Amino acid sequence: MSTPGATGLILEEGLLFEQSVPGRIGFSLPAPDVPETDPKTKLSKNILRQKEAALPEISEVDSVRHFVRLSQQNYCKDAGLFPLGSCTMKYNPKTTEAAARISGFANSHPLASPEAMQGNLKLIYELQNYLAEISGMDFVTPWPAAGSHGELTGMLMIRAYHTAKGNPRKKVIIPDSAHGTNPASAAICQYDVVTLPSNKDGILTADAVKAVMDDNVAALMVTNPNTLGIFEENIQEICEIVHKKGGLVYCDGANLNALLGIVKLGEAGIDVLHFNLHKTFSTPHGGGGPGAGPVGVKKKLEPFLPTPLIIKENGTFKVERERPQSIGRVKAYFGNFGMLVRAYAYIREFGPQGLRHISEMAVLNSNYIRKGLEGAYHLPYSKPSLHECVFSDKFQKEKEIKTLDISKRLMDYGFHPFTIYFPLIVHGAMMIEPTESEPKASLDQFIEAMQKIAKECEENPELVKKAPHNTFRSRLDEVKAARELKLRWTV
Amino acid sequence: MEFPDDLKYTKEHEWVRVKGDTATMGVSDYAQEQLGDIVYLELPEEGEEIEKGEPFGVVESVKAVSDIYGALTGKVVEINDPLTDNPETINEDCYEEGWLIRVKIANPKEMEDLMDAAQYQAYIKEETA
Repeated sequence: MSTPGATGLILEEGLLFEQSVPGRIGFSLPAPDVPETDPKTKLSKNILRQKEAALPEISEVDSVRHFVRLSQQNYCKDAGLFPLGSCTMKYNPKTTEAAARISGFANSHPLASPEAMQGNLKLIYELQNYLAEISGMDFVTPWPAAGSHGELTGMLMIRAYHTAKGNPRKKVIIPDSAHGTNPASAAICQYDVVTLPSNKDGILTADAVKAVMDDNVAALMVTNPNTLGIFEENIQEICEIVHKKGGLVYCDGANLNALLGIVKLGEAGIDVLHFNLHKTFSTPHGGGGPGAGPVGVKKKLEPFLPTPLIIKENGTFKVERERPQSIGRVKAYFGNFGMLVRAYAYIREFGPQGLRHISEMAVLNSNYIRKGLEGAYHLPYSKPSLHECVFSDKFQKEKEIKTLDISKRLMDYGFHPFTIYFPLIVHGAMMIEPTESEPKASLDQFIEAMQKIAKECEENPELVKKAPHNTFRSRLDEVKAARELKLRWTV
Repeated sequence: MEFPDDLKYTKEHEWVRVKGDTATMGVSDYAQEQLGDIVYLELPEEGEEIEKGEPFGVVESVKAVSDIYGALTGKVVEINDPLTDNPETINEDCYEEGWLIRVKIANPKEMEDLMDAAQYQAYIKEETA
């Protein structure tokens, strides 16, 4: 077997501005059938440009080649394995893309009347119910546009819940194995963050929660499975402890890919849970979105759900825009509706058995890699893991090779590197999540590449330290890139 | 890695140099090594009060953003101002040129909680085991 890395015909490409030739035009328009007007005679001076806009002047073929060449320098899930741990980069089926492009969905106007968008409302309403059923929550709001946005929405509801009871409380407990955005979301909602260390098995214990839980804790925010890919098995007991003191439990559901059809977190006692449709339900992400981070809540939080709400009455769907205790709008119009369509299509395509199979395969693939690399790389936590596994560079450090070097070398073998240096509780972390998308052959290639690199670290460390060698660009100066940001083109 | 004997250390990987009633603080060789190339630094203002165990500054490397924690409680009397323009100095010389702040010690008793170089090295060994 061989790994897919090879050098190809990848072409250099300058900026469009650098290719500009004065007077070159890439389009032709028919002669106007109305008299030409000088804007200066019609528009007031304060909205007119002082100088001509410096737009590049290029031909059509130049502009097409520009973007095609850039796209060929890129790497994507449609090209190969993308094992970013915690990011769940799974393949996006083309059927869901086709669904999102159905004219009735794609061309619907967000200001249309509810009567004119019954189909859209029905889809959103049913998606809410599917997500509630999958997770064991009572209600779902589909509007947040990202996982972190879901966290903010969830924490705002938690704050509204406590405020309605007379005291918003002061603290939020977050374990060190939670997602990095959790403390930020709690802090934005004016809570003090109490960090709780996980134990030597990489999970949270009931005793640790008990020790910090008091009447001033608004919520515990937990990621389950956590960032080590390990299931927080004490979750039920932990929820009971938090509830006993009047607190709520928020679960970051970004890792739900491991639990579909297997665990309903709502039944374990979770009060608020966000979903990443762009991870678990395979809507596209990367490049900053658009994502979708719906939030599920238990009944006691229902009055605080963001507006609008979609209500079903006598077989028709209504949009409820005002609610006395709602935290208000969190997103304009109907969220990132196209993402909701894709997730809906994905859930309907797979059905209950299919969704469970997705999680089983995600866990199986991750453990196949874990087993395949055990011994070659240090495994800091031996407890069984689910959909992702975390190694460290401890063995390779003896040759002064770091996680960064290993991930760069992996590109020479034709794979996108895994997540590095996260979670922070593992020094030199290599966090690998293959997802269920990968066939066994591609997992075998990845394991072979990683095994070869481990051997290279022993026999030819310089080769790894100076990697990558086969890529379009070799090692970039990340320090300079961070210190001397160039955000605009200048002559 | 170096850990000078005349310094005290914290579990959050800061070092402290005590002279009379002032304490100079910085991050340890281990911390700068773990952080990797440092690209950004945020320090408190002179006159601000910092607390033992509470964050007083932020350091950002190509790998991660981390809080810097107070080793002792006290009022900031001096900051290493040029450092914010040249944060890479922390990587190059974390114990001398790369010092961060000087603090007037409010509670000398807190010094008992600090580790000496040998204890700190043992602590790192345990943490990375």
